[in-house]
Amino acid sequence: MEKFTKLSGIAAPMPLVNIDTDMIIPKQFLKTIKRSGLGVNLFDEMRYDGEGKEIPDFVLNKPQYRDAQILVAGDNFGCGSSREHAPWALLDFGIRCVISTSFADIFFNNCFKNGILPIALPQEQVDILMKDAEKGANARIEVDLEAQTITSSDGEVFSFEVDAFKKHCLLNGLDDIGLTLEKAASIETYESKMAAQRPWV
Amino acid sequence: MSPKTLYDKIWDAHVAHEADDGTCLLYIDRHLVHEVTSPQAFEGLRMSGRKVHAPDKTIAVPDHNVPTTLDRANAATMTEDSRIQVEALDKNAADFGIHYYPVSDVRQGIVHIVGPEQGWTLPGMTVVCGDSHTATHGAFGALAHGIGTSEVEHVLATQTLIQKKSRNMKVEITGKLRPGVTAKDITLSVIGHTGTAGGTGYVIEYCGEAIRDLSMEGRMTVCNMAIEGGARAGLIAPDEKTYEYVMGRPHAPKGAQWEAALAWWKTLYSDADAHWDKVVTIKGEDIAPVVTWGTSPEDVLPITGKVPAAEDFKGGKVEAAKRSLEYMGLEPGTPLNQIKIDTVFIGSCTNGRIEDLRAAAEILKGKKIAVKRAMVVPGSGLVRAQAEEEGLAQIFIDAGFEWRLAGCSMCLAMNPDQLQPGERCAATSNRNFEGRQGRGGRTHLMSPAMAAAAAVTGHLTDVRELM
Repeated sequence: MEKFTKLSGIAAPMPLVNIDTDMIIPKQFLKTIKRSGLGVNLFDEMRYDGEGKEIPDFVLNKPQYRDAQILVAGDNFGCGSSREHAPWALLDFGIRCVISTSFADIFFNNCFKNGILPIALPQEQVDILMKDAEKGANARIEVDLEAQTITSSDGEVFSFEVDAFKKHCLLNGLDDIGLTLEKAASIETYESKMAAQRPWV
Repeated sequence: MSPKTLYDKIWDAHVAHEADDGTCLLYIDRHLVHEVTSPQAFEGLRMSGRKVHAPDKTIAVPDHNVPTTLDRANAATMTEDSRIQVEALDKNAADFGIHYYPVSDVRQGIVHIVGPEQGWTLPGMTVVCGDSHTATHGAFGALAHGIGTSEVEHVLATQTLIQKKSRNMKVEITGKLRPGVTAKDITLSVIGHTGTAGGTGYVIEYCGEAIRDLSMEGRMTVCNMAIEGGARAGLIAPDEKTYEYVMGRPHAPKGAQWEAALAWWKTLYSDADAHWDKVVTIKGEDIAPVVTWGTSPEDVLPITGKVPAAEDFKGGKVEAAKRSLEYMGLEPGTPLNQIKIDTVFIGSCTNGRIEDLRAAAEILKGKKIAVKRAMVVPGSGLVRAQAEEEGLAQIFIDAGFEWRLAGCSMCLAMNPDQLQPGERCAATSNRNFEGRQGRGGRTHLMSPAMAAAAAVTGHLTDVRELM
């Protein structure tokens, strides 16, 4: 997993609430057995018409947002399915950070496994950053994970919360499985205890 | 000892390691696997030279991609990319030595129907699957939730998940349900009440008389859609109905082990004075047969209602409702029961069990469909066999329904069963998102009885008028 430390980038505004995983990556693109290559189909049904042509009004098709690395989105971003293809598609497009008032639980966890930082902020702060994002390529938003701050293009600084363990893994690009296997002894102890206590499992 | 909720008890019984900051390694008792969210996880194991830690606790079945037509044994019915995913699962199951129900097995079906049916899902267990509707298994008093592919790989390699505890939410449905009101109406009404983010950060325990009165099938329907309310999981405390359902299933404990298990299961309930972080109470008698009108599962109204206007909402929902109404092709103020339906889909992990088919058949008996197409997709090969034995299949066929083989089918349209642009469907599945059932397809969610009612009238219909 790629480390996430600091990011200074263009933010694309997507004020719609309840942007679901089917919008982020429609099911016809889940038939891959790889993790890469999904960026071209990110938001496919909003981004392309029936003939596969770009819809010019869609935010990521606008020239100023084609290189966006941050999304500022409405409430409850990532609701719906558990498909990790959603963060894979975002990452493959180049999005490393999503800012919203709230996120769906599974999507939120999936982001951290892929080097994407989801940040939940109060409504009024998201509103300010949304306005900032609407300015386009002239407005770069800065995200500093170590300091847990976001700086708007006007220099306004907001701090955000992040789970300490998830932060540690993201800052260092750590692989969860490797970390867990360091605790293999605890897992074995638990298993032998359960073999006696709940042998039917 | 301080009083605990059911969730607290199951959580505590599965913590294999706890770090100072409260991050836990939660031990996983059952890992269910399907073809769409697992290939990258198995590939990850191969690349790092890891094995499946507990193959005897890992159960796989292909369901999302498999065609449901009777000729599916013919490989040409599957697109090449679907076939590659199913074949990858065939190979991964064999290579890693996990339990497997291939497409050709009569026990094959939707993973969340097969698990309980085969007795893999038991009270007090932790159950995960790379699928958000894993919440279904909560009906047994098991802590069950969906995970992403990285977590699938993590569970395969370690049999644990890195987790922090969620908060406790109680959803109580008091009293009795009125005639024509089902488990699906309960679960949709709860989401209509709390919104799709109302459960975010929580594990929900459903309780109250109306929940106790539900069969195991109904309870699975309720828990299945906990995720649509944003919750990590939904739970219902086990009781005599649970034990009766589980007893004698192929992988349920037997003899002395059954007795030992039962003794533990009987301790699995929320203590009377347990702490709840959030409580929602709904009177059973206030719940009506409902349908969704929009493109979020929270867009729920009683069938007696009218299509709302975007201005009826507040904040970001105004824009979302405007978009939904346009996508759904609906005019505000239209009575819901005047909305014409093209297609009816009965099935899915929400409503593809035998009781769902019985409820639909009850309405369809002796009638003909008045829609362009209608299909019934049993949740498993065994549900299909039982429905044939009970004569339900013939009722569906006589009414003009297609009688299909088991799979996820038109719930998510990853297989040949899809809506065309603009096609309007009465569906018993769980999501009405844009494009969910096919690009441009329009989905109205409802119970099997309501879907059957729509099939015979050709428009959304209050099932109580046909009872």
